[in-house]
Amino acid sequence: MTISLTVNGSSHAIDADPATPLLYVLRDDLGLNGAKYGCGLGQCGSCTVVVDGEAVLSCMVPIMLLEGREVTTVEGLGTIDEPGPLQQAFIELQAAQCGYCIPGMMMSAHALLRRKAQPSEEEIREALTTNLCRCGTHMRILAAIRRAGELMRAASLPGPDEGRTG
Amino acid sequence: MSILQEEVTRRGVIAGTGALVVSFSLARAFAQDLPPATPLTPPVTLPGSLDDERFLDSWIRIDADNSITVFTGKAELGQGIRTALLQVAAEELDVKPEDIVLVTADTGRTPNEGFTAGSQSMQNSGTAIRNAAAQVRALLLSEAAKRFAVAPAELKSENRTVLAKDGRSLTYGELVSELMLHVEAQPQSTLKDPGALRVMGKSLPRVDIPAKVTGGQAYVHDLRLDGMLHARVVLPPSPAAELSEVDASAAEAMPGVVSVVRDGNFLAVVAEKEFQTVNAMRTLAATARWQERESLPDQTDLPAELQRLEREVGTVAEAGVLSSGDNQFEATFMRPYQIHGSIGPSCAVAQMKADGSLDVWSHTQGVYPDRAAIAEMLAMPEEKVHVIHMEGSGCYGHNGADDAAADAALIATKVPGRPIRVQWMREQEHSWEPYGPAMLMKVNASLDRAGRIASWAYDVWSNTHSTRPGGAGALLAARHKSQPFQPKPPELNITPSGNGDRNANPLYAIANKRVLWHFLPDMPLRVSALRALGAYANVFAIESTIDELALMAAVDPVEFRLHHMEDPRARAVIELAAERFGWNGPQMPKNRGRGFGFARYKNLAAYLAVAMEVEVERETGRVRVVRAVSAIDSGEIVNPDGIRNQTEGGILQSISWTLYEAVAFDRTRITSTDWSSYPILRFASVPDSVEVHIIERPGEPFLGTGEAAQGPAAAAVANGIRNAIGKRLYDLPFTRDRVRSAVGHA
Amino acid sequence: MWALKAAIVFVAAIFLAAGAFLVFAWRSEIPEDATAGEASFAPELVARGAQLAAVGNCIACHTVPGKPAFSGGLAVPTPFGTIYSTNITPDRDTGIGGWNEAAFERAMREGVDRAGNHLYPAFPYDHFTRVTAQDNRALYAFLMTRAAVKAEATENELPFPLEFRPLLAGWKLLFLRQGEVEPEAARSEEWNRGRYLVEGLGHCGACHTPRNAFGAEDRDRHFGGGEAEGWQAYAINPDSKAPIPWDEQSLAFYLRNGWHEFHGVSRGPMAEVTGNLSLLPDSDIAAIATYVVSVMGDPTPERAQRAAELREQFEADRLEQTADSQSSVALASGGQAGETLYLAACANCHQGARRQPFGGLNFELSTAVNAPNPQNIVNVVLFGLPPADGEASAVMPAFRHILSDQQLADLLAYMRESFSDEPAWSGLVEQVANTRSGAYKVTIRPSDGIERAPHNVGAEEE
Repeated sequence: MTISLTVNGSSHAIDADPATPLLYVLRDDLGLNGAKYGCGLGQCGSCTVVVDGEAVLSCMVPIMLLEGREVTTVEGLGTIDEPGPLQQAFIELQAAQCGYCIPGMMMSAHALLRRKAQPSEEEIREALTTNLCRCGTHMRILAAIRRAGELMRAASLPGPDEGRTG
Repeated sequence: MSILQEEVTRRGVIAGTGALVVSFSLARAFAQDLPPATPLTPPVTLPGSLDDERFLDSWIRIDADNSITVFTGKAELGQGIRTALLQVAAEELDVKPEDIVLVTADTGRTPNEGFTAGSQSMQNSGTAIRNAAAQVRALLLSEAAKRFAVAPAELKSENRTVLAKDGRSLTYGELVSELMLHVEAQPQSTLKDPGALRVMGKSLPRVDIPAKVTGGQAYVHDLRLDGMLHARVVLPPSPAAELSEVDASAAEAMPGVVSVVRDGNFLAVVAEKEFQTVNAMRTLAATARWQERESLPDQTDLPAELQRLEREVGTVAEAGVLSSGDNQFEATFMRPYQIHGSIGPSCAVAQMKADGSLDVWSHTQGVYPDRAAIAEMLAMPEEKVHVIHMEGSGCYGHNGADDAAADAALIATKVPGRPIRVQWMREQEHSWEPYGPAMLMKVNASLDRAGRIASWAYDVWSNTHSTRPGGAGALLAARHKSQPFQPKPPELNITPSGNGDRNANPLYAIANKRVLWHFLPDMPLRVSALRALGAYANVFAIESTIDELALMAAVDPVEFRLHHMEDPRARAVIELAAERFGWNGPQMPKNRGRGFGFARYKNLAAYLAVAMEVEVERETGRVRVVRAVSAIDSGEIVNPDGIRNQTEGGILQSISWTLYEAVAFDRTRITSTDWSSYPILRFASVPDSVEVHIIERPGEPFLGTGEAAQGPAAAAVANGIRNAIGKRLYDLPFTRDRVRSAVGHA
Repeated sequence: MWALKAAIVFVAAIFLAAGAFLVFAWRSEIPEDATAGEASFAPELVARGAQLAAVGNCIACHTVPGKPAFSGGLAVPTPFGTIYSTNITPDRDTGIGGWNEAAFERAMREGVDRAGNHLYPAFPYDHFTRVTAQDNRALYAFLMTRAAVKAEATENELPFPLEFRPLLAGWKLLFLRQGEVEPEAARSEEWNRGRYLVEGLGHCGACHTPRNAFGAEDRDRHFGGGEAEGWQAYAINPDSKAPIPWDEQSLAFYLRNGWHEFHGVSRGPMAEVTGNLSLLPDSDIAAIATYVVSVMGDPTPERAQRAAELREQFEADRLEQTADSQSSVALASGGQAGETLYLAACANCHQGARRQPFGGLNFELSTAVNAPNPQNIVNVVLFGLPPADGEASAVMPAFRHILSDQQLADLLAYMRESFSDEPAWSGLVEQVANTRSGAYKVTIRPSDGIERAPHNVGAEEE
C-alpha cells in the first residue's frame, strides 16, 4: 500500500505497511538521520519530529495518520553549510556531547518557538519534558534554545520555519 | 616516577638527535602489519601511548600531495576527543586543524591503544600525538635544512610549509619521503612553549557537532551500506533463562524476513526493512519458550548479599596505627546497581565477505580487544576480523556496544554476504547491558582533641567493575551460543588507579589509616565499567564522612578539608569552588542546604571540587539541586570548552545517579526495563545554573577529566541534603521516599 | 392605594428577609493571633498531622505544580467558575499564620475563614466537618510547622451573584450536616475507621458522588460516580464498572501503590490521592479498602463469573510473558478505521508484554472502557500520562497532535465495541473537540501523583 508523505517540503510515495511508525520510514525509506530510535515507547523524545507545527514522537505515529500533513525533521531546519537559527545556536553554544538526543530536543524547541518567540525558562523546560539527555548537556540545551529565540527574533522571522518547510 | 616529573624532564630537550631507526618495509596496507623493527638498544620509555606504538608513522602520515593524516587508537564517545586531538596535532605540526584528517580507532589503520576509558585519552593518545607531531615537524625542518643548506633554526614552519628566510619554501608533502616518518620516536621532543600556543588552550568548536545538529551521518546507527539487512535479537527474559523451544515458522513467513538465526540460546531475525524486522522479532519472541530460574539476589538485602560474596581482602592503603576515640563516626554506605543508559540503544553493522574476512562497525570502546573477543567467539584468526569504530550514543563506560557488535558478527557469519545491522531495543539495553556494580562502603573514623582526623578505617565491598578485556566470555552472544564461552574469572589486583577501590584511599593527610578492598569475584548481576568505576561511590562515602567529621569538630566543612589537605593543587580547586560559590555567604533559607565535594580522580588525574545549593521539599521528599559551582584542574588545557562541557555533564549525570537511579529486579528478572521503570533526570529538575571554573596549568601534563565530577557531585548532593534537613542519607539513590522518611515530619 | 401598601410591605419584607438572612449568614471574625505561627508542637502530633494531611490530600489543591507546598493558587475548575485555592502555609499576611486553632477548627467544621467569610464548598467542609477535634489539632500542628510562604491568593472567577459569599450560608443550610458521625456498633472497628477516613478527611465522595444543580453531593447516589478536574471519578458503589471487581486486597494494593495489575494505574486527580496515601500506615489503607469495598457490595454472579474468566486469562498470560516488551500481538491491519488505528498505535503497549504499571493496561480489564462516559480515555489519549519527575511511573505519550477528533472518536467507538458489553457512547467527536480546545477543562498530572513538574496542559486553552 502506498502512502504519500510530505517531509521537509518534499512529497514521497512510501510503499510500506500503513502501521509502520514514521520513525522507521524516515530512517529506512527516506535515509534521514535526524530522528533517532531511543525507546520506541514514547518515553525519551529522541525521535521527536514536527508535524503541522507540533512536536510529536515519530516512534509512536503510524504513517497512515500522516497523509496530507507536513512533517519536519532536523534536516528541514537547515543544512550543514546553511544552518538554520536553531542549528546555529546549538553549534555556537556547543550544545551537544554525544549529540544523540539533540535533534529531538531541537524539534521540541522548534515547535515551541513557532508558538512563542520568547518563551520563559519554565516554558522551555516544559516543552522538553519528554526529552531525555544522558550526557548531562541540559544547561547548554536550555541556553541554545534561548539563543535560537534571540537569533530568530533578530532576523525578525515570524516563525522558525518560514521559507523552509514550505 | 610521577607523570609530573617525567613531563618536566622531557621538556626543552631537542628531538631528532638520536639514531633514526629505519624500517625495511615499504609498501604497506595496514600499520599493524609492519614487521617489528628491532630496536638497537633496549627500549626506553616513550611519552604516552608512543611507548606501545613506537613508530612516528603509526600516528602521523604525510603524503606527497601535502595531505596530513593523524591516527589515534582512541574513539570519539561524545566527549570531544576528536577535536582535542586535532588541536594537539595541529599545534605541534604548525598546521590548521582543518588541514588534518584524523582517523580514530580502527584495527585496520590505527595504533592499538586498548580501551577509550579511564579518562586517559589525553594522557595517553594526546601525549603521544603531541610528541609525535613535534618530532615529525622536527624531522621536516631538519630535511628542509639539509635541502636549503641552512641551519634548522633559520627555518620556520607554517601552513604545511617550511619557509626559509630568503623566501624559499617547500611543502611538507615535498619534504616527506616514504621512510622519513617510519622511525621510532624519541623519548624527548621539543614541544611548543606554553606562551607560543596558537591552537591548544583555545575553545575550538567541536568538529563533530555540525553534522549532529543537521542530520548528517554521525553514528554507527546511521550507517547504511549497500544491500544492508536489518536484524534484531530476541534476548532471554531473564539472566538464567534457557531457550526450551521456539517455532520460527510464523516469523519466517512474515514479509521481508530473510532468516531466523538460532544458536543455543542465541536467537535473532534478519529482514529487509527495519520495521519488518521489529515485527518479526516480536512474533519470534512470542513463540519462544524459555526455562527461567531464580538467579538474582534479594534486592532488599543487598548489603548482606555483597558481604556474602567476599572472597579475599586486599590492602589498598595502610599507615600508622588505628585507634578509637570519643569523637568517632561510623557508618555504612550503599550504592545500587546503575545503568549506563545511553539514549540510543547499542547498534552495530557486520559483513562477512566472500574472502572469509569479517568487517564490524561498532561503537566499542576498544576495537582491538573487541576484535580479539569476536575472533575467539567465531574461531576465526584475528587478522580476518576488522573492527572499525563509529560513534554511538553516549557511552559512559562498558555498555552494550560490544554485545551488539558480537550479535552482528555472529549473525553475519550465518547470513554471509550482505551487511547486517543490529540495533538493540530499549528494553534489551536496560535489561542486558553490563551495569555499574553495587557497592558497600563502611567507614570508621575518629578525631583527636585538636579536631584533626586521628584514625581512618575504610572498607569497600566491590568487584573489579571492569569485566574486560574478557575475551569471548565477555560477549553475550558468545555466552548464549550452543557452545558457550564463560566469562574470565576476575582477579584482585591493587593498582595505582584502582577500579573497585578507585579513590578508596582519601587524598587528605591522615596519619593513621587502613583501607581494605573486600573483593567479590562474582556479581549476581552482569556488571562492568560505568563512568568513574568505584570512585563514584568511594568519593561519596569519603566526602560524606569528611562532612560529618567537620560537624563533630565544629569546623566549616571547607575549612576542615583545607586543614587536612597538603597538595597545593587540591587546595586551589577547593578554595576556588568555595569562593565562586560564595561559601561564606549568608545562611541558606529554610529547606535549602549547601554541600561540598572534592576528589582528585584516581588520586592521579584531574582535581575537582564542587559546591551545591540543594533544595528539599519536605512534604514530598523531592530534592532539587538549585545551582552547582565547580573548579577543576586538568593540567595543561587543550580545549577549555571541552573540559567545561564534560564537567557540566558529569555533574548533571551524577545528580541523576544520586537522586534517582537503581536497577530493580526480582529473584528472576530485571524489572527496570525502560525509562518508566528506571527514571533519570528530566528538565524539570535540572539546576538553575552549573558553573565550571578551570584552573590553567600551562606546561603541566594533561590530566584525565571526563570522570572527575562523578564522585564529588554525589558527595555535594549528599552533604547539601544533610545541611538542609539535618539528617544524613547513606543509601544511594536519594529517592523521595528515602528523603521523606529521613525528614520525618518535624 | 392598597397596591402601594402591598408594594411597601413586599419591599419591606424583602429587606427584612434579606436582613434576617444576612444576620443568619453573618459569622464573627476570630481575632488574629500574632503568635500562632511561632507556636511549637509535639513532634508526634506533627507526624500524625502529616498522615492526616495525606488522607485529606491537602497538598493537591493547595499547591500549584512547581510552587512551594501549600502556598495555594491552584485553579480548580468547577461548573460554576474557577476557584483558586488559598495559601495555607503559616505566613501571617497571606497564609494562615494568624489563625489560632479555633479558627482552623471552625474552617474545617463550618467552612468559615478566620475573618468570618463563608468558604466555597470546593473546600470540602461538608466532609471535613466529620473530623474529630483531636485530628484537627494534629492537622493544625502540621500546617503551622510548614515553611511560611508569602503568596497572595488569586481572585476567584465566578459569575454574578456567586461571588457574594453570604449566599453560601443558604447552601450550607440546605446541604451541610455539621458534626462527627457516630460509629456503627454492628460493624468492625476497621470498617468504622475506614468510614471515618473515607467520609471525613478523605472526602472521597467529593469526587466519586454525583452532584446536584447546586453543586452539592447527591446523597441518594452516594459513590455513584462523579467528576473532578475534568476526569470521571468512577462509581465505587454497586455500579462499579471494573471488569474484575475490586476486593479488599486489590483496593488496598492500588491505594498503596497507585496501580493494580487488574485495574491499571491511577491518573488525573486520583494519582495525587494514591501518591499521598503512601504516608499512611497499612492499617489505615486496609480500613479504607474495607469500607469502600463494603459500599461496592458483592458483585452479581454474572459479573463474578466474567471476572473469574478474565482473571484466569490474565494470570495465564502473566506466566507466559516472555522477554520484556519484545513480544506483542501480530499487527494485522484491516477492518474498520478504529481497529486499524488501535492496532497501529495502541496495541504494541496495551497488548504487549510489559507488565503493569509500566506497560499499557489491557482494555479488557479497563474500567474506563466500560464507564458511562469516555472522558478519561479522551484525556489520556489527547494529553498522555506525563512522566513523573525522578520517580518510576507509567508514561504515555500525548496523541493530541496526531489524532483528529474523528480519528479519536473512531478509536473510542472501536474500543467500546471490542472491550466492553456496554452500549456505544454518543457525541464522541464533539466531546473530543471540546476537550482538545480547552472548552472542557482537564488537569493533567503524572501518575506518581505528587508532582511538581509539568503544568496542567489540558487546563490551558491552546
